[in-house]
Amino acid sequence: MIEHLQARFPEIEFSPAALLGRGDEPGAQQCVRVLPANLLEVMRFLRDDSRCRFEQLCDLTCIDYLNFPKATDRYGVVYSLLSISLGHRLWLKCFVNDPDPEVPSLTSIWAGADWMEREVFDMFGVVFTDHPDLRRILTWDGFEAHPLRKDYPLRGRGEREDYSVVTRGSA
Amino acid sequence: MTKEDLLTTRLDSVVGFIREKGVHWCLKYSLWPLPFATACCGIEFMSTVASRYDIARFGAEAVRFSPRQADLLICAGRVAIKMMPVLQRIYQQMCEPKWVISMGACASTGGVFDTYAVVQGIDQFMPVDVYIPGCPPRPEQVIEGVMAIQRMVEKDGSKPSWQRGDGLRMVAEPTYNVTVDGGDA
Repeated sequence: MIEHLQARFPEIEFSPAALLGRGDEPGAQQCVRVLPANLLEVMRFLRDDSRCRFEQLCDLTCIDYLNFPKATDRYGVVYSLLSISLGHRLWLKCFVNDPDPEVPSLTSIWAGADWMEREVFDMFGVVFTDHPDLRRILTWDGFEAHPLRKDYPLRGRGEREDYSVVTRGSA
Repeated sequence: MTKEDLLTTRLDSVVGFIREKGVHWCLKYSLWPLPFATACCGIEFMSTVASRYDIARFGAEAVRFSPRQADLLICAGRVAIKMMPVLQRIYQQMCEPKWVISMGACASTGGVFDTYAVVQGIDQFMPVDVYIPGCPPRPEQVIEGVMAIQRMVEKDGSKPSWQRGDGLRMVAEPTYNVTVDGGDA
């Protein structure tokens, strides 16, 4: 279905790459690059077009390419689409950079993107514009950093020690 | 010794006898646990309460999930900082006298999870009376922990927790000889 995509958006360069999963025929899962500016249009086409029909957004996550050899951008937001009626999958990657990484939100197309985008915001700091309720979902109120970035240490920067202490007899 | 001294000491010893052998005895053999089970240690606690390793033999059968009705808080499993206010509130809602067991490596020290989100030992933020090591501790170890609480209850059970201080400061030693060899490393 990459041909349909390319035919519909001839001006966008998709650079498809094949991903190999175990037990797949070669070429079964393809990964396609999209720019944030074209993201909403491309996603809406993928969901609505009768030859594509990707009803389900399976996953929405992010990769931090800091210090990765041969990487040009820092954050790659990864989308995994599944077509239940036609039985095919597609992966898309949308690359954004520091400072202020921003990507359009997909909640208007798939409602399930809501919490997944909150998780990416919480863990990586990628802001999703037009998201109905973009706040932290896995970390706690008052937590400032974005933990899954590569420059955040595993043990944290002291946030886990910074809490009130209850002693015996305090009620 | 004057007559008054003798009366006082005899009264003290009688009251002490009733307190220790009566009230504390009843308290220690009817501890109602509140399993604050967040992870795998909760499963091990369930098997301690089940029929093979029956903790009902020690009186701690009535597991109550409400802090108002329980007197032994067993924190089983790793606790994230996001969960810490909940745990503290549960502890504060329990009525005196109350005891806390920190079950397993994660509740005692954070276990293998030395990450930004896991509390490295709940004793950083709330008082703990007995620590049970293990990942997860065997049910026999859990029972040993409950028995340690029972020894504490026997000594000063009806005192509220701020008068109890730091407990008996004892480590349970195995009663058999433990030989450690290299094993297959």
